[in-house]
Amino acid sequence: MSVLQVQGLNASYRKNKVLHDVSFEVGQGSLTSIVGPNGAGKSTLLKVMLELHPKLSGDVSFFGSSLSKTKTRVGYVPQRGSVDWDFPTDALDVVMMGLYGRVGWLKRPNKSHKEKAMASLEQMGMADFAGRQISQLSGGQQQRVFLARALVQDADLYFMDEPLAGVDAATERAIMTTLKDLKTAGKTVMVVHHDLQTVEDYFDHVLLLNRTVIAHGKTEEAFTKDHVYRAYGGTLRWMKEA
Amino acid sequence: MLNSLLSPNTQWVLLSTLILGMAAGMIGCLAYWKRQSLMSDALSHAALPGVVIAFALTGSKNLLVMILGAAVSALIGAWMIQWIRSSSRIKEDTAMGMILSVFFGLGIMLLTIVNRTAGGNQSGLDNFIFGQAASMVRKDVFTMLILAVLVILVVSIGFKEWKLFLFDPDFARGLGLNSRLMNSLYMGVLVLVIVIGIQAVGVILMAAMLIIPAVSARYWTQSFRTMVILSAVFGGGSGFIGTLISTLGKGWPTGPFIVVASSVLFTVSLVFGAEKGLLIQAMQLRSQKKDHTESSNQAVIKPQLSERGNHQ
Repeated sequence: MSVLQVQGLNASYRKNKVLHDVSFEVGQGSLTSIVGPNGAGKSTLLKVMLELHPKLSGDVSFFGSSLSKTKTRVGYVPQRGSVDWDFPTDALDVVMMGLYGRVGWLKRPNKSHKEKAMASLEQMGMADFAGRQISQLSGGQQQRVFLARALVQDADLYFMDEPLAGVDAATERAIMTTLKDLKTAGKTVMVVHHDLQTVEDYFDHVLLLNRTVIAHGKTEEAFTKDHVYRAYGGTLRWMKEA
Repeated sequence: MLNSLLSPNTQWVLLSTLILGMAAGMIGCLAYWKRQSLMSDALSHAALPGVVIAFALTGSKNLLVMILGAAVSALIGAWMIQWIRSSSRIKEDTAMGMILSVFFGLGIMLLTIVNRTAGGNQSGLDNFIFGQAASMVRKDVFTMLILAVLVILVVSIGFKEWKLFLFDPDFARGLGLNSRLMNSLYMGVLVLVIVIGIQAVGVILMAAMLIIPAVSARYWTQSFRTMVILSAVFGGGSGFIGTLISTLGKGWPTGPFIVVASSVLFTVSLVFGAEKGLLIQAMQLRSQKKDHTESSNQAVIKPQLSERGNHQ
């Protein structure tokens, strides 16, 4: 069953057209990396699908329905740099935000919500930092807090924008373990990823993007030298060395 | 004790600037985290032409009508700032500077004309520039009180939503929080608190009531809730104290005294604030230096001990 269906998506960012006729389908339980050079439209693709950025044309359907009807089933982890970490709040409070939709607007979260948020922090190995001011966390810890906030949403489909960017090895391992656990639990995950070296180890599906879909499918089929070259326009050095 | 010396009217005025200060302090926190502190300044200046036009059209100094005029004028200003930013190469700070000065200039021009034609300075419109809380009549005070309480309620009831909206608007949208509604509500309470404040504080200094309490509160806490509460306390306190001092002299404007009072609070926060206050930072640095020299002294001693151990 396809969890996500994208058909003929076009979008522009400022004056430039960044997404051109993007179409693909994602099956349940897959762990897909979205890979492409800078400016390929990876983040824009996520934002357009989530209706955070307007599209010019095309259709996106989640679980065979519209986003507005399936909002609670879709989780989003924005780029770490998209928020101001100086904001006066602590790690637990940020994770609690993932539950606001379920708590209900204008209602106050109760004890069971707090326990859920704590469990989620624990899962990311961040239980000791629950009361820590978020500006006092390292980049990797901030990323784990974002992941914990997404986990607590208990969504069926997750979009993550560069969760592995600029994190230390321990955080990278913790995040990848979590992603694999999600997959085992039958969840679907799409991750914007920048490290070509780890694509084959980490992800079972890959979407090579450079304004349009260059290749999409199982990693061993889609992540070929030829496709990567086409996506990166021959500016890539590591492939020659390999 | 002091209250018994003041007339009932002054007591009401004091209450109203207290509540106004609290509302402004709370909204100031929203503007601070939306990175729009300067926007409040542009909007309060942009309110002036509306006040004058409302007076010229109705010929009366009914506060509700003036507030309505101010709100329309400020919202036009806000819309023009957005329009300039989105449809030209001009950045937002420049757009705000343009709208601020153009609207204020227009307001002063209209004010001069109205003052000439409406029989000298009888209109009392000059009070809207620097603020004259003492000139408010009982009905004005009630109008202001009700609207300020309304603003405080809007922030308190949706507190969790405001926090989410300010910290991570994209994530908030993903959760289904209506960002257009939140933005309109934000602009609504911002304009409302500005327009109800301008008679007491004046268009020039109204922004200080929004900006100064919020930055002062930032020096004391790492919790958003505490920041909003403290900002309300600082805003209310300086509103009360500033008004009290301004009633001591005949015709003393309220706005400047409120700003001076809140600046004193800010200076205290800047120096003594528990979070990144100058004093606490200096003390932390000193204790770290002390720890550092102590631990490096120990590091020197240790190898000597181990050397001695080797000899044995």
